[in-house]
Amino acid sequence: MTDLTSLTIAEARTKLAAKEITAVELTDAYLSAIEAANEMINAYVAVTPEKAREMAKASDARITAGNAGPLEGIPLGIKDLFGTEGIHTQACSHILDGFKPRYESTVTQNLWNDGAVMLGKLNMDEFAMGSSNETSYYGPVKNPWRAKGSNLDLVPGGSSGGSAAAVAAHLCAGATATDTGGSIRQPAAFTGTVGIKPTYGRCSRWGIVAFASSLDQAGPIARDVHDAAILLKSMASVDPKDTTSVDLPVPDYEAAIGQSIKGMRIGIPKEYRVDGMPEEIEALWQQGVAWLKDAGAEIVDISLPHTKYALPAYYIVAPAEASSNLARYDGVRYGLRVDGKDIIDMYEKTRAAGFGQEVKRRIMIGTYVLSAGYYDAYYLRAQKVRTLIKRDFELAFQAGVDAILTPATPSSAFGIADEDLASDPVKMYLNDIFTVTVNMAGLPGIAVPGGLDHKGLPLGLQLIGKPFDEETLFKTAHVIEQAAGRFTPSKWW
Amino acid sequence: MSVDLATVKRVARLARIAVSEEEAQRMMGELNGILGFVEQLSQVNVDGVEPMTSVTPMKMKKREDIVADGDKASDIVANAPNSDRNFFLVPKVVE
Repeated sequence: MTDLTSLTIAEARTKLAAKEITAVELTDAYLSAIEAANEMINAYVAVTPEKAREMAKASDARITAGNAGPLEGIPLGIKDLFGTEGIHTQACSHILDGFKPRYESTVTQNLWNDGAVMLGKLNMDEFAMGSSNETSYYGPVKNPWRAKGSNLDLVPGGSSGGSAAAVAAHLCAGATATDTGGSIRQPAAFTGTVGIKPTYGRCSRWGIVAFASSLDQAGPIARDVHDAAILLKSMASVDPKDTTSVDLPVPDYEAAIGQSIKGMRIGIPKEYRVDGMPEEIEALWQQGVAWLKDAGAEIVDISLPHTKYALPAYYIVAPAEASSNLARYDGVRYGLRVDGKDIIDMYEKTRAAGFGQEVKRRIMIGTYVLSAGYYDAYYLRAQKVRTLIKRDFELAFQAGVDAILTPATPSSAFGIADEDLASDPVKMYLNDIFTVTVNMAGLPGIAVPGGLDHKGLPLGLQLIGKPFDEETLFKTAHVIEQAAGRFTPSKWW
Repeated sequence: MSVDLATVKRVARLARIAVSEEEAQRMMGELNGILGFVEQLSQVNVDGVEPMTSVTPMKMKKREDIVADGDKASDIVANAPNSDRNFFLVPKVVE
């Protein structure tokens, strides 16, 4: 029965429609896999077996009745950042202890409307702040990948580490994730999975716990490019409840899979060749260039001169927005309360006990850069730099570039509790050096596996597209996937 | 720019996060590390550049000014650590 978990969404969909398998069988196979593996991988922070079986049963009934939705009976994992009615939703923070929303996020509601089945809530960095899933209140997630001949536990990346690990270990058919600075693409690259952050405004942010509202965007993590296209089609929508959701019809992303990229112009930005980048990353990048060239694309060198300023600008803008968004956790309306001698003492004690170190650090930075006398020097300047970063991309696209190819991360997955990274927050932040520019400019970006490094660990390539041109990304990523192949970890759990 | 211990404590107060002496010391080092990192933005010439206000050009959506939602007081207080008859309970703030 467990081999049902090896089916992609596209394959499972065909078998379900042909009645070769039932949704209940498929869901049960995943629930068994989760039960056997989760203690070791720690990808799920809450499993919802009863709800899953009930939803699967309803899916089987709809399939029999001939009114199946596009995701009918497909079991998914949901990042803990998405509000799910009556079910654990804590952004993996202590401060949201016991929080069960009375509403459903638009993205998850879209998935259920299309027939998907919820398996449970996935681990993540606390409030999506982190690049290793180590800041979660529920402990780190283990990457299903290990280096050749090593038993060392590696991080799955973050913040969507639970989503990426669950997809790679076949503990769900696909997962929802969110990306503020690289939180979909970096974990996808670390686990040999495919992750797409769509254009800002493509997926509704309604009902998703807010981190940095001008950067946050939901997207899927999937086993291959085709599955990612299927999931994004269902997740994306026009939503009157989110004023930043765009009024554009959602295209049929699946139709882009298999289309030719002949004659397309792919930009290679020289600024992404950073000091100290491992040779393997450069080699992977060149391999990616060769694959696209072989498929008939034209390769052009481009310049994005403000690239190096994206990460420092991000570490002003994101904490500033976070400090404001996280002000709502005050021990009054939901979650944890620690009593104090007066109301201010209660606030301070609650927030001191409820937030982890990384979250506190970012709230402090955000509060500082927004405080009187510093706003112009930090926040206003960072927002101006952001305009310049976006302009760099606009100029490249205006010059005729259709998509941009870069490495997804500056390295493969690193060890859990890496001392070097733990002692210096800025070093951890550098993980997002290739992904964060995309959020700053609001563009779509996809991470697709490109190969394995000398340790046998996956490495990813990133494609960056024009606003709302996710179709080009799916089409081009599929070409890379066809050339590179797919990568699955050997099971040790 | 860098922050001293008094500034760290003041910011923690503004952010409503209680910090011990030891935590304030540690945070001072970390915050200065991050502020040192973002310092490189001062190299960028931003003369005449508009600050970004919206990442994608979009018109603010408007809707009819009608009641479309509400009457959910019990849902709203459902997750409160302490509530009574649809009111949030907080420590006494007025003597």
